[in-house]
Formats: sequence, C-alpha cells, structure tokens
Amino acid sequence: MPADREMILGKVRDALAPLHERAKLPSYDGAVELARTRADAADPMAEFAARIRGVNGEVVPDAPALAALLRTRGWMRGYCDPALWGSLEPHFGEGFHVELSFDRARVDDYQFGITRGAGAIAETGTIILNDTTTSTRLAALAPWAHVAVIPRKALHGDLMAAVAALGSDPNVIWCTGPSKTADVEGILIEGVHGPGAQIALFTA
Amino acid sequence: MKTQQIDQFAAGVSEETRHAVYDGSKVGHEKRTKVLFDHFGAPDRLRRLAGEIKQHVIENLDTYLPAVEARLAANGVKVHWASTAQAACEAVHSILKARGATRLVKAKTMVSEEIELDAYLRERGIESLETDLGEFIVQLDHDHPSHIVKPIIHKNRAQIAALFEKNGLGAYNDDPATITQRARQFLRHKYLEADAGLTGANFVVAESGRMVVVTNEGNARFCLAATRCHIALVGIEKILPSDGDLALFLNLLARSATAQQLTVYNEFILGPRAPGQPDGPDETHVILVDNGRTDVLASDCRDILRCIRCGACLNVCPVYRQAGGHAYRSVYPGPVGAVLSPLLLGKRFPEKADLPKASSLCGACNEVCPVDIPIPDLLLRLRDKAHTEGVPSPGTPPMGAWALMATRPVAWRAALAGGHLLNHLPTSLIPVPALRAWEQSRELPPWRGGAFRAWLKMRRKPGTGT
Repeated sequence: MPADREMILGKVRDALAPLHERAKLPSYDGAVELARTRADAADPMAEFAARIRGVNGEVVPDAPALAALLRTRGWMRGYCDPALWGSLEPHFGEGFHVELSFDRARVDDYQFGITRGAGAIAETGTIILNDTTTSTRLAALAPWAHVAVIPRKALHGDLMAAVAALGSDPNVIWCTGPSKTADVEGILIEGVHGPGAQIALFTA
Repeated sequence: MKTQQIDQFAAGVSEETRHAVYDGSKVGHEKRTKVLFDHFGAPDRLRRLAGEIKQHVIENLDTYLPAVEARLAANGVKVHWASTAQAACEAVHSILKARGATRLVKAKTMVSEEIELDAYLRERGIESLETDLGEFIVQLDHDHPSHIVKPIIHKNRAQIAALFEKNGLGAYNDDPATITQRARQFLRHKYLEADAGLTGANFVVAESGRMVVVTNEGNARFCLAATRCHIALVGIEKILPSDGDLALFLNLLARSATAQQLTVYNEFILGPRAPGQPDGPDETHVILVDNGRTDVLASDCRDILRCIRCGACLNVCPVYRQAGGHAYRSVYPGPVGAVLSPLLLGKRFPEKADLPKASSLCGACNEVCPVDIPIPDLLLRLRDKAHTEGVPSPGTPPMGAWALMATRPVAWRAALAGGHLLNHLPTSLIPVPALRAWEQSRELPPWRGGAFRAWLKMRRKPGTGT
C-alpha cells in the first residue's frame, strides 16, 4: 500500500521532529560484553558435547556409533541425504530401510532424517543448518530423530562467532536440542512439532 | 465502594487459575535470575546496552525503516506497509488471494492477534490455524492467550484434555505427553496441507535485511518448511541496526523469556528458499505494521517500543501474578501491556486508561527488563495523561481531601488525633471508602498517629547536657 507507506513514514517523521537530540548508537565490543567464563571452553568439542547433552540432545563419535544408536532405539526406517549415504551405508548393515528422497506425503513413515549440518556452536550445543547444504528442510524436521552430519572445522566457539558466520545463505536455522514445549502446566515435553531427538555427528 | 476494573476481574479469577498463574510466573522469574547471573557477571550492563541500542533505533526510525525496506527488497522480499489493523488484514488477504490460498498456518505472531486477523480471514473463507501448542489450544477454546510466552498459563491439563475430547482429538487423556503427541499428529498434516505460512519476527536487521524468528517448538520452522509462501507481520519497531547485535539480543531474549541459554530454534531468514532446496517458500512477504505504533512514538512513552516481548515483566509483577493476563483485556498483558495497550488505542486511550493504575510501582518490571524500559516512569506518565485529559477514574480513591489535609498543619494535627477513633470503629463504619474496601481483605494496623511527633518533642537534644 503506497499510501500507507507515506502515511507511516510521515507520522514517524512528525513524531521524531520535536526531539532535540536523538539517542546515539552505543559502540560496544560484543566479544568483551558477552565474554563469560566457560570452564570447558578450551576444548570446544568437549564443550559442545556437554552443552548438547544439557539440552537433551546427543552426539555420536562416528558412523558405526550412529547406526548402533538408531538400532538400539528401534529407529530402522528413515531418510538420508544422498550425498552422505555413500559414506554412511557401509556402517549401517542389515535391517535398515533408508530412502534417499523424502516424500512429504508420508512424513510419518520416516523415523529418522539424516542431513548435512553447516556448523555447530560449542557454547550452546547448537546445530546449524543452512538452506544451501540441507537437502530438504522437512527431512530435518518431521521425523522423530534428526541427525546432522557436521564438518568438524565448522564448530564455532560462541554465539558471536556463529552470528559472524551467518553469511548470505537465504535461510539459516540454529537447532539447540529437540523441539520442545512447556505450555501444559510448565511441564517439559519434547518432540512437539519437530524432532524428539537431535543428534550430532562430526566428520573430518 | 466500586473497585478498579482490574480488581473486579481479579475477584472473579478462580483459585485454581490464580495458583496456576502465580506458580508459573514465579518459577519463570526465579529461573531467569539464576541463569542470567550465573552466566554473566554484570547482566545489568547488558540490559542497559540493549536498551540503548533499541532506543537509538526507535528514535531514528525515519532512517531505519527505509533502510530495512531497501535491504529486504534487495534480498527478494516483497515489502508491504500497513498503517492500521484493517490495512494489515487486507494486505495478508490480498497476498493469499493472489495465490488462490485458502489455508494458512501461523506461528509466533502477536500482531495477528492485535489486528484480529483470524476473524477477518474466516469471513473470507480462509482458515487461519495457530500452530504453537498453547496458541492452538487457546484458538480451539475460543479463548485468548494470557501470557506473552506462556499463552495457556491459566489453563490446567484437565481443561485441555476435555477440550481435546470435545474437538475430536482423542478420548479424554490428561497426560501432558499425550496431549502434545496428539497436537503433533494433528498439526503436522495441517502444515503440509497449508498454502501459506504466517509468522511474526523477533528482529529484523537493517544492515542485512535478516529476519529472525525464535521458537522452542519448531512450529515457525514447520510453517516455513511445508508451505510455498511466507508472510511476516512485523511491527515497525522490531529493527536492530546490525547482525552483530543479534548475539547480544538472542542471549538476553532466551534467558529473560524462559531462562534458556538459547531458544531451541533460531531461524535467520533473508528471503525465499535457496535454489535446489525442495522445501520452503518461493515468495517472502513482509508487512510492516504501524497500527498505533507511530502514536506511541509521538508520545513521551516511546521507550516502550524497545520491548522484545520476553514476558519477564509479567512473571515478576505482583499484580499480574494475582490478576492473570486476561485482566488486562489486551493482547499485551502485564506491565508492558499496561503501558502499550492504552497507547496503541490512540484516541480510544480512555478505554484502557485504568491499566497504568494497576501497579504498585514497585519497579521490579524495570529491574528484569532485558532492554531496561523504565516501565514505572511510563506508568506514571500515563496516569498523568489520564488525569490531564479528564478520563474518569472509577474505583480509585479521591485524593483531594488528603491533599487538603496534608498541606495544612492544623488539619493534619487534628486528623492525627482524630484518627485514634479508627481503633474503636467497626470496619463497616470507617468513613473513608477506600480504607473500607482495603479492610475487606486485610487488616489495618492499630492507629498510632502522633506518636512520632510526641517522641520528637520529648527527646533530649544531643549535646545540650539536659
């Protein structure tokens, strides 16, 4: 609405006109202001592992461990990004049914979805997904378990570093543990719309 | 005697609801304090800094708004402007109509409540479904949210279970996990069938045009993964100067709202989905909504536009804890709502001019505010505005007689002496109506008027030797 645009901007200008002085933008160094002592910050991988467990997420050391975890939980049907399956398949063995395309008409058929993660944040145990590297948004969201396969070198120390790395991807999403709600009487329930299990696997 | 509107409402709140609201908000507040102070040595410094940044933005909206518009457009986002609720509803409708869309899923948008979008779209044959669990329950029950981040803080599991049963979402079961699973199953198919997803935005960055949408449930992400069209309803005050500011604000928002280090899902949106990405919108629209915000900007209460909707001031407020969110008769309850809601009404300010009086001015809301809004000062300014404009104030004790007495020493001395009569009067005969109302639920201490003066008079002056 072009008329609305002019009206709003006109009202904004009128509202601000009487101000003799406008509030200045404070200059600050985020790294200094947000610095805090993090006991395990010296070892980002250990810090990430501790933080993701703190939000009920999980981290597995390698592909065989991932396959074993999925098997233990009885999650044998799922989706995998075709670009990852070549390196994962040899470790999965008998009994798994893995599809390389995600059919949105059958969202409930997938117990897990394995997609590429673009990075991670040690300070918070966060998995970072970028639109350009995530094979399908739905496969990282709709199945009960989501596994992000993340390049080890893309582990950021803290939020400041992760914000600085946002770049020009049209859609970046940070996922910190399973989807959760406490709407009913403040009781924490996981897996409300998205994954009930959020799993990270780092690769060299 | 007639009590204030908020007291009248609070009197009708059930014990069950009062306990739910009280406990929920108290726990929220205690956790917030712990996590902020455990993590940061001087969180107050961070709050002040964030406040200065947002104050700078709102006092420079005349340059920030065109900058945001240009950035969004450069990112491939279609920008719309809506000066009123009606215009905002029309903007949403015309986008949907152009796509032949009839099913809309919504997440994280208080503005859509503010503009009463659901009813507008329903009349035009469009289903508009809330997807946040609490908001979904509220919508099913034709109720309203009563807290900014915990919309059904006023409901218990039994009420929800009965509501689900009534709406065909399974036989009565009040286990919270079962309730959540049922909503999960129902809503995921709604997302997948929907034609468009509507969200708000927690922040829009001027430098990059990046929109940030924050949820714990992942419902906004589902809207943006399952549908082909994203519409964001954004209040004009939601701007941050640069991407670098996001770290500060996300750190503060999650801790202040839910005492989390970081909210589960933080989505950073520049525009439509990436080439090659099969899911998500091919069209992104942003509707910049005024709906009274420029009136707030023109007032001496513009600081309230710093608000990032964390709900911390609700949790800590003694009035909110007793009265609950519905008592504020507004989309925005609690201390922030007591300032914002009357102002957003513009010329209809008198309709909610009572809200700024629903405060003891204890200052706790200011102390917890992540953007350091001086809410008590703003409440006082609004009380003054109501007084200056001659808005009737039913239920508030008249102060004229008090002022007369307190400014005349003779009258004051007489009142101090006469006050002793109060100790012998039954409550029903107390001559001051406000005191009578007060005594209905509390007891006045015994009158000791004049004791201090007597003591002062009799006291030996130090150093006089007598």
